[in-house]
Amino acid sequence: MCLAIPAKVIALEANDMAVVALEGVKKRISVVLLDEVAVGDYVLIHVGYALHRVSPEEAARTLALMAEAGILKEELEEITGSEA
Amino acid sequence: MKYVDEFRDGGLAENLAARIKAEAQPDRTYHLMEFCGGHTHAIFRYGVQDLMPDNVKFVHGPGCPVCVLPVRRLDDAVELAERHGVILCSYGDMMRVPGTKQRSLIRAKADGADIRMVYSTIDALKIARDNPDRQVVFFAIGFETTTPPTAVAIRQAEAEGLENFSVFSNHVLTPSAIGHILESPEVRDLGTVRIDGFLGPSHVSSVIGSEPYEFFAEEFAKPVVIAGFEPLDVMQSALMLIRQINEGRAEVENEYTRVVTREGNLKAQKLVSEVFELRQSFEWRGLGEVPYSALRIRDTYAAFDAEKRFEISEKQSREVKSCECPAILRGVKKPTDCKLFGTVCTPDNPMGSCMVSSEGACAAYWTYGRFREPQKTAKEKASKEVAA
Ligand code: SF4
Repeated sequence: MCLAIPAKVIALEANDMAVVALEGVKKRISVVLLDEVAVGDYVLIHVGYALHRVSPEEAARTLALMAEAGILKEELEEITGSEA
Repeated sequence: MKYVDEFRDGGLAENLAARIKAEAQPDRTYHLMEFCGGHTHAIFRYGVQDLMPDNVKFVHGPGCPVCVLPVRRLDDAVELAERHGVILCSYGDMMRVPGTKQRSLIRAKADGADIRMVYSTIDALKIARDNPDRQVVFFAIGFETTTPPTAVAIRQAEAEGLENFSVFSNHVLTPSAIGHILESPEVRDLGTVRIDGFLGPSHVSSVIGSEPYEFFAEEFAKPVVIAGFEPLDVMQSALMLIRQINEGRAEVENEYTRVVTREGNLKAQKLVSEVFELRQSFEWRGLGEVPYSALRIRDTYAAFDAEKRFEISEKQSREVKSCECPAILRGVKKPTDCKLFGTVCTPDNPMGSCMVSSEGACAAYWTYGRFREPQKTAKEKASKEVAA
């Protein structure tokens, strides 16, 4: 759980919330920890909060690696809230 | 080099491995501690250790957040749910960690305690809003990546006047733990852990930046390289550490400039320092009491501090006997040194915290390392124990 997962911001909402798209899943997260997030940005998500902005290349790399290492599924399940 | 096939860029991995072999001087040894569970995971998944010459060794550090939480704090959380009847919200990783008498949150839940797994503090706040007549406690654990979200939740609860919400804070700090591993007389006496350099954590450092390690590198004269968690990052960082050691340097270098800056996420740091202050001391599983290594909620936010709101009793907490997690977390022992490893203790039936989270050293050994370690060790040991 010290890993963060990259996702693309697709909509901004009130109260520093945003919707991100992650492997076809949409998720509402908080962007309160970052300044000036824009639609189209890639951010690292950790426990429901965007921690950091990353480049699209870094995001793609990280996602591919997580898929390869078999941890992407695990992280996605955590995010979409299925019981462990 | 069979594991090289599994790298996305096998050629690069081979080059790096060759460089490391060429530059690691045969007359010295290089013990590199990776602090972060993400690195432990990458090292095992990709067999990075096998690509290193014999004198370059990875020592697995205490960087798995559920692994380092002392049993007593877990027992305290169970007490909050059972005796005080609160709704206890916990991150999923924590649910299966065995407490005293192997009572985990999952067991307590099965026995009727209202314990709910949440993905985020956002969910915990929602539970508090939806249950105005119940007390809701968020069981906060983790390093610098999970602390800002907890700080945000406390401020949000205050802004909304959510009086039934509080936080049981167990947030801990990475740099102080690294320092302690080198400094503590206990750890030194236990002897065998020699560390020549550190791989600094990836995402933790994206929050705190690389700067907090500077004091540490200077004070302890040990090099630190902040490393990304891809296997190639880990290898590149190992090479950077080997070079520093060869040249007698002890600096903070940043291999992960793609994400980590020197100052980190200032907005997050500011929020954390508004809500939290240093504890004088905090117990870590494996490390014992570590001065100034954890955070508690400031008095301004005392109303949201579960430790102030509820009376938590003194208790005699105990780990499962013969679980070697404490020594493993200090880097003194390996999972295969534990006689329960792979026999009594498996991810389906964990006896200690290191077997629960996929970032724990025992779980990583089990999942990826088991068939590479001399297979018999654990079993032989177990049967010897039985025979003795
Ligand atoms: S194998 Fe299980 S019992 Fe042994 S040290 Fe690891 S977690 Fe503890």
